[in-house]
Amino acid sequence: MSVFPYLVAAWLLLVGCFGVVRSRDLVHTVVCVAVAQSGTYVLLLSVGYQKGASAPVQGAPGPVVDPVVQALTLTDIVVSATVTALLLALVIQIAKREDTVDADKLDELRG
Amino acid sequence: MTRQVRWVVFWLGAAGFGVLAVLAMIRMPGFGSLVHPYRDLAVPLANARSTPNVVSALNFDQRALDTLIEETILLGSVVGAAALLRPSDHEREHLATEEGRTLEATRLLGYLLLPMTLMVGIDVVVHGHLTPGGGFQGGVVLATGVHLLYVAGSYRTLQKLRPLAWYRLAEALGAGAFVVLGLLGLLVAGGFLVNFLPYGTSGDLFSSGTVVLLNIAVGIEVASGVIVLLAQFLAQALTVQEIR
Amino acid sequence: MDPAWLPPLGIAVPLLGSCVLLAVARFAPRVVTDVIAIATALISTAAMAGLLVATTSNRVVTWAGGWTPTQNLTVGIVLQADQIGAGFALLACVLTVCALIYTWRYFEDAGAHVPVLILLFMAGMTGFSLTADLFNLFVFLELMGATAYALTGHKIEEPRSVQGGFTFGVVTSLGAYFMLAGIGILYARTGRLGMPQIGSALDGHGMDALVLLAMVLVLTGLLVKAAIVPFHFWLADAHAVAPTPVCVLFSGVMAPLGIYGTMRVTTTVFGGVLPPSTLHHTLVLLGVVTAVLGAVLSLIQRHLKRMLAYSTIAHLGLFLVGMATLTANGVAGSVVYVLGHAGVKGALFLLVGALLARKGNVDEISLYRQGTNDGLTRWLFPLAALALAGLPPFGTGLGKAISEEATGSPWLIGTFVLVSAATGGAVLRASLRIHFGLGPQPYEADRDTTSGDDEKPEGRFPHRTPATMLTAILVLLTGGLLVGVLPVISRIIGDGAQRFLDRQGFIEQTLYSYEPVRLAELSHVEWNWAAVLLGLLSVLLAVAIALIGVFRGVPQWLDKPLHVVHRLHSGHVGDYVAWLVLGIAALAALFSLS
Repeated sequence: MSVFPYLVAAWLLLVGCFGVVRSRDLVHTVVCVAVAQSGTYVLLLSVGYQKGASAPVQGAPGPVVDPVVQALTLTDIVVSATVTALLLALVIQIAKREDTVDADKLDELRG
Repeated sequence: MTRQVRWVVFWLGAAGFGVLAVLAMIRMPGFGSLVHPYRDLAVPLANARSTPNVVSALNFDQRALDTLIEETILLGSVVGAAALLRPSDHEREHLATEEGRTLEATRLLGYLLLPMTLMVGIDVVVHGHLTPGGGFQGGVVLATGVHLLYVAGSYRTLQKLRPLAWYRLAEALGAGAFVVLGLLGLLVAGGFLVNFLPYGTSGDLFSSGTVVLLNIAVGIEVASGVIVLLAQFLAQALTVQEIR
Repeated sequence: MDPAWLPPLGIAVPLLGSCVLLAVARFAPRVVTDVIAIATALISTAAMAGLLVATTSNRVVTWAGGWTPTQNLTVGIVLQADQIGAGFALLACVLTVCALIYTWRYFEDAGAHVPVLILLFMAGMTGFSLTADLFNLFVFLELMGATAYALTGHKIEEPRSVQGGFTFGVVTSLGAYFMLAGIGILYARTGRLGMPQIGSALDGHGMDALVLLAMVLVLTGLLVKAAIVPFHFWLADAHAVAPTPVCVLFSGVMAPLGIYGTMRVTTTVFGGVLPPSTLHHTLVLLGVVTAVLGAVLSLIQRHLKRMLAYSTIAHLGLFLVGMATLTANGVAGSVVYVLGHAGVKGALFLLVGALLARKGNVDEISLYRQGTNDGLTRWLFPLAALALAGLPPFGTGLGKAISEEATGSPWLIGTFVLVSAATGGAVLRASLRIHFGLGPQPYEADRDTTSGDDEKPEGRFPHRTPATMLTAILVLLTGGLLVGVLPVISRIIGDGAQRFLDRQGFIEQTLYSYEPVRLAELSHVEWNWAAVLLGLLSVLLAVAIALIGVFRGVPQWLDKPLHVVHRLHSGHVGDYVAWLVLGIAALAALFSLS
């Protein structure tokens, strides 16, 4: 089925959100956000693939795969790493102030 | 909301999203298709500017503004993490004198691999326009290479050989160099981030115009930024303690 | 100087300034870092003002990297500025200057983290308003997001700050990743990343399930930023805990940029495949629900910053309704409303910040009668509350009235009047209690809502409100007034609104450099008798609501439904993400059914 990679990408996005919704541990939540993002990597890279084409570095004969989506994915990875770092820094501070990382037990902000 | 209500809300949304995603994805162009119009424009232009690595040409020449902002996001996140992980009023940094033991084998491998990793990192950064790699990838290799000092040695060794003030300065200079190169393009060639240096012959180290310089600037910035970022996390784990 | 240089300068100057700041922060005295930060913001303001002047004659189109189209084929990133985009960029720079003045010498901050983050945030906002490339839009959205998460959680000693920052971070990031998925799908369908190129490639092929999914995903990221129901949950938490000058930036320009982005993307990228009536009905429905929910929630808050945050949500709903009319008057009215609201809401946040500084508390009930000896702020607070409700001649009143007239529907006009009266009345009620001691001692309400006690002060402050704080408050409030009073501003925005909706001109000028058609004179973006009467009506209703709130309180029979509404806004990140997913499905359903 030639649209299978795209369905995998949509599945990863959904599964990441599923993890965030049912998570009991904030570090797990952050990792689930990263999982959701890896769905976008799969989507972008699958869009760019061409059967029988080689890497977009000169010297390889013949057609090359789409380098644009590879550039976009590189940007995406950097963004993901940095956002994950920020969210983990916030989790460290939450753990120190509230002595818990269970999302169900955090109730400072209500209403 | 209780867990049950949260479940119901989520499943309703997931069902709708799932149905739409399936209906939509079957209309996507097939995996491995031949039609990529942007690629057909980008690859010849990259070759014309003597940049064999087309991804680098896209990142640092054709869509350089995206890369500028992307490295700015890295800069902002490192500063943000430093702000969030700063020792609070009731904390101070104090390193315990008792540190664990490292195995002799680990120590040997670490000290052997450290110079090799740094060499590989510098190679990846500097040859970013010729081979797969570039500033971001090489910068991360360099940053994690430096932390072999922690894995193979001790935190004290890392602290002695990793003067953070220099890395903070290097990060600011790396990011600033990217912006300055862009502004130079504005002054010299009338456009921000224009590739205004001579393109040279393909395959040379000094070819493809500003792509080399931008790669090096980004490499410095990413390496220093990731070192500073990891330093904050390591400090939180190892040295920051509450004042009792 | 070529005006095409100005958009990149607007992005490059704050970046350069923050690099310089980072390099010198550790060994320069505090005064030097503050001066560098404010100087950078002022230079950017000058550049954006110049850009706004340049856009009055023509759109300013810049191809970054010098990659102008050859034979109508493009590989580069295009930046496009019309009066609306330049106006938003200028607003971002002006508010940043005010925020930096407010933090002058009063933020405990080694290493200059906060000014650097604020300058990078300003670069993100400026770039977001000026770009016409979808992936570039996503990257600027992420820059705004990353710096905003760190700024929100900055007060790390307070548990609720880091919690609010975390939920803000997770929800907005997920929204942005959905947006990136949508961009990937559009790239697969059209092979392009720029808005004009995608727009022309999609033209004439109709909307199938794939384009619908892409549109819904891209709009998700933007609507999360714009805090439209059901993506709005993060805003109140973030505003309740972020440092005061940061709240000014969030409410004043960051969230309205989400509305701007939504309209820009739907009109240019999907303008050829999405029937205007579908877009109109869907956005009006979302806007009305957001406005009403925000108004109701702001009335039942005791934490002053949360009250202001929910009133921002309500106003964002009103902005969306005005823009959704897809008429030049509606867009112009909304933009004037945004500008006026930025000044007034910013002043209100700074006034609450002054209260926090001097009394250590932002709880309406605990502060009862605590403010009766305040000097100038005692009178500025109720004035700002009335301005929020739409007091003529403030910009809020003008913008509201023009949007109301553009909707042309008595139900929507009534919604505008009631929502603005409700939010203004809530703030006025708080002021009457705090500064004038009206009404009986309010009792300890139920524990449903966050109270404003246990807030830590944000710096060391003397007994009087410092001059820098007062200056910033007066500048913002006067700005909100001038927007409504100076006819040149409304004229520029009126022309800009026409250009904003001119999709054909946008595509032709960015891709083929055609000269734009002369626009007709847009009259009616000015005060008239109907506008004045509508404004006064909202103000009277606000006063009535405030007095009822002070003397009678909430009726008993409303307790149960309000309790449910409170429980929905629980502060739990899992709840917010569940609503995010449901919102995506609901958005798709709304678009396909309209």
